[in-house]
Amino acid sequence: MSNTKNKSKNNDALRMFMGKYGIGVILVFMLVIISIMKPRFIYPSNVLNILTQISVNCLIAYGMCLAITTGGIDLSVGSQLALVSCLLGQFIVNMNMNIFLACVLAALAATLMGFINGFLIAKFDMFPFVVTLATQLVIRSLAQIISDGKGLSMAMPGFKAIYSGTLLGIPLPIIYMILISIIMYIVLHWTRFGRYVFAVGGNVHAAIASGVSVFWTKTMCYTISGLLAGLAGIIFSSKTGSAQSNIGVGYETDAVAACVLGGTSFAGGIATAPGVLLGAIIIGCIYNGMNFLNIGSYYQYMTKGIIIIFAVLLDMVINKKGN
Amino acid sequence: MTENNFILNCEGISKAFGGTQALKDVQLHIRAGEVHALLGENGAGKSTLMKIVIGLIKQDTGTMEFEGKPYQANGPVDALNSGISMIHQELNPEPYLTVAESIFLKRESTKGFLLDKKTQNQKCEELLRKFDVPYTAKTMMKDLTLAQIQMVEIIKAVSCDARLIIMDEPTSSLDSTETDHLFDTIRDLKKKGVAIIYISHRMEEIFEICDHVSVFRNGTYVDTKSMVGVTREELISMMVGREVKNVFPKVDCEIGETVFKVEGLCGKGFQDVSFEVHKGEILGLSGLVGSGRSETVRAIFGLDPISSGKMYLEGQEITNKNTRAAIKKGICMVNEDRKKYGLCLLRSIRENISLPNLPEKQKGLVLNQKREKEEVEEVSRKLTVKCASIEHNGFSLSGGNQQKVVLAKWIMANPKVLILDEPTRGVDVGAKSEIHALMCEFAAKGMAVIMISSELPEVMGMSDRILVYHEGKINGEISRAEILNQSVTQKEILEVAFGQKRGRK
Repeated sequence: MSNTKNKSKNNDALRMFMGKYGIGVILVFMLVIISIMKPRFIYPSNVLNILTQISVNCLIAYGMCLAITTGGIDLSVGSQLALVSCLLGQFIVNMNMNIFLACVLAALAATLMGFINGFLIAKFDMFPFVVTLATQLVIRSLAQIISDGKGLSMAMPGFKAIYSGTLLGIPLPIIYMILISIIMYIVLHWTRFGRYVFAVGGNVHAAIASGVSVFWTKTMCYTISGLLAGLAGIIFSSKTGSAQSNIGVGYETDAVAACVLGGTSFAGGIATAPGVLLGAIIIGCIYNGMNFLNIGSYYQYMTKGIIIIFAVLLDMVINKKGN
Repeated sequence: MTENNFILNCEGISKAFGGTQALKDVQLHIRAGEVHALLGENGAGKSTLMKIVIGLIKQDTGTMEFEGKPYQANGPVDALNSGISMIHQELNPEPYLTVAESIFLKRESTKGFLLDKKTQNQKCEELLRKFDVPYTAKTMMKDLTLAQIQMVEIIKAVSCDARLIIMDEPTSSLDSTETDHLFDTIRDLKKKGVAIIYISHRMEEIFEICDHVSVFRNGTYVDTKSMVGVTREELISMMVGREVKNVFPKVDCEIGETVFKVEGLCGKGFQDVSFEVHKGEILGLSGLVGSGRSETVRAIFGLDPISSGKMYLEGQEITNKNTRAAIKKGICMVNEDRKKYGLCLLRSIRENISLPNLPEKQKGLVLNQKREKEEVEEVSRKLTVKCASIEHNGFSLSGGNQQKVVLAKWIMANPKVLILDEPTRGVDVGAKSEIHALMCEFAAKGMAVIMISSELPEVMGMSDRILVYHEGKINGEISRAEILNQSVTQKEILEVAFGQKRGRK
């Protein structure tokens, strides 16, 4: 009896371990395989390269994670990049504004759009999918109106440095990503707001009965998602050195993929910040690794899709959802 | 007692889940045309055994016989084809199907590839006529009450020619008129030779309707008794394996000044409700389901709006725009619907208990998780929540323990007024008396407790004062003294609930 008990305890322990770190195991597995085939893959220069590349997606994914955890989704993030980019173009190139001030204002604009998303969703109890599908169009259109559909070059060194600068040899985008990751970890796991996010996503009625304001929790989630998409937009614009209204198309897919790989449950109520980070790294490794292995880009989406399905299946087996 | 009397025989059934032995060498024998109660605390193995009978899970060892032939179902549909149907405690109807579509689901009348709605509706109407129900074949399921949905399930079972119907807590959401109607139906079925396995925590019902009772405890079979000659105390001690002396451990404590008062409160489902509740008092609200009891407390707690009337907390007039406002002022409520309003089952016990109490756990910008952990551990120890760790999620808990976790979160909030709506619904006997003891403890600490219960013995056993609702209004008041000296009995309370006028002090 005690023997079987021990065994089941071990099984439980394994399951809990896999539930918590299964995504990490997948990542290590992937890294090992690609590295064996192409050792240059894990050279520090390439690792820094991958991490720099994923910074934009990682920021967007944290916002997406909040939306998904409260039982929703934010499809407007891609358009937010375009809006921020076009605003920066107007502020910096046409209005000669101070770069820092321009970035703050552009990020605020994205935050405001996020707030509008959240307000519509929380106040009128509308479906997040529909609301953000619609605002995505509105925001994209705003970007086109602001830029009149024309791209602007923003190749001034001060602005380019946002992306290409380094600190102690580490590219700045990685520094931003680390900072945001720490903040998001604290927000999700150490604050009241984080608890409310999980409660609202886990069982909205129980959250109400415990005095949680569903309105503010949801509104804040989408507002933060807007802010993070705004910051991602600044980094992305600095990378390309241009203001364009057609950027960010399909970026919500990568963000959702990072969340799902990172164990964020679409049923709501379950997510971890480190999981999202790992998810974003995996996505980055898929892109980068496939380039290394000389696999044509036509196969990349397919691979990503298949990996997502397997990740979710694995997650379901590990967590044995619903008894 | 000859073998061929039995319609269902289960012998030597065992089942283990991981390391836990859910059933150990269990037997069950059901006669044709009898109502057979299964009794046992939550986790005693009743549900597991029934799941095996209808083929939802497979036993590790043991055999079953149905109508004299070896029987093993591969799932509920298979079981139904063999003649065994189960009506679950939680009914999950498809809201946008009609009654006829629900009853003939998966065996629709067809004409070639097309559905033959006309024939199906006619067949359905014939069935409905037999059961004398107030809806038609074309009524949408969403327009039916819970009791009516249950009746649809029963009609469906009968139409499939079920010879054995398993009913799991069929009365848990019915009021007494609906329960009586259900019992009439059960008696009819019995006459037709249908056997019924009746799972319930409500002893009164078992005595009223059942012929035999099989008692289970901790996954083992204890005994089967005829309902004739067995006493309530005997059954309870068989279930718990120990003598339960006092079913209601009510401790009288000093009743102090008025803590909370409502005057002329009106809202959806209740009118002109006035009462006050004092420090150390347990105020019982009784009445039929839907008579306005739950509606009143939901409005007080800020879940539903109040259209007129006033509320006073410690002499100050208050309003509760939402639940947050109520909790802040010290008014907390355990909802009757534990599944919906109780816990976030996906999250840990710790997070659930501290959810309404997070503002006090704030340290600067973040939460003081160390203190949170200590406090949660303390309160869950005090309430004897049985869990491996407070980091486990709510799914791992039994109903009784989930309810204790809900209580724990409000005890941590240290409320002035604690509202308990059906605090022991679906909770096993052991946990039930623990919850009753806790209620007395809270009152002794000076909380004002408002309790709603559909079980009259519970209201009578626990309350210092009882207010009886009838059609949205308080129709009478009964004191503990009147209950203790037996000048008021269950029958009289029911009469007040059914509309007989009674004075208030």
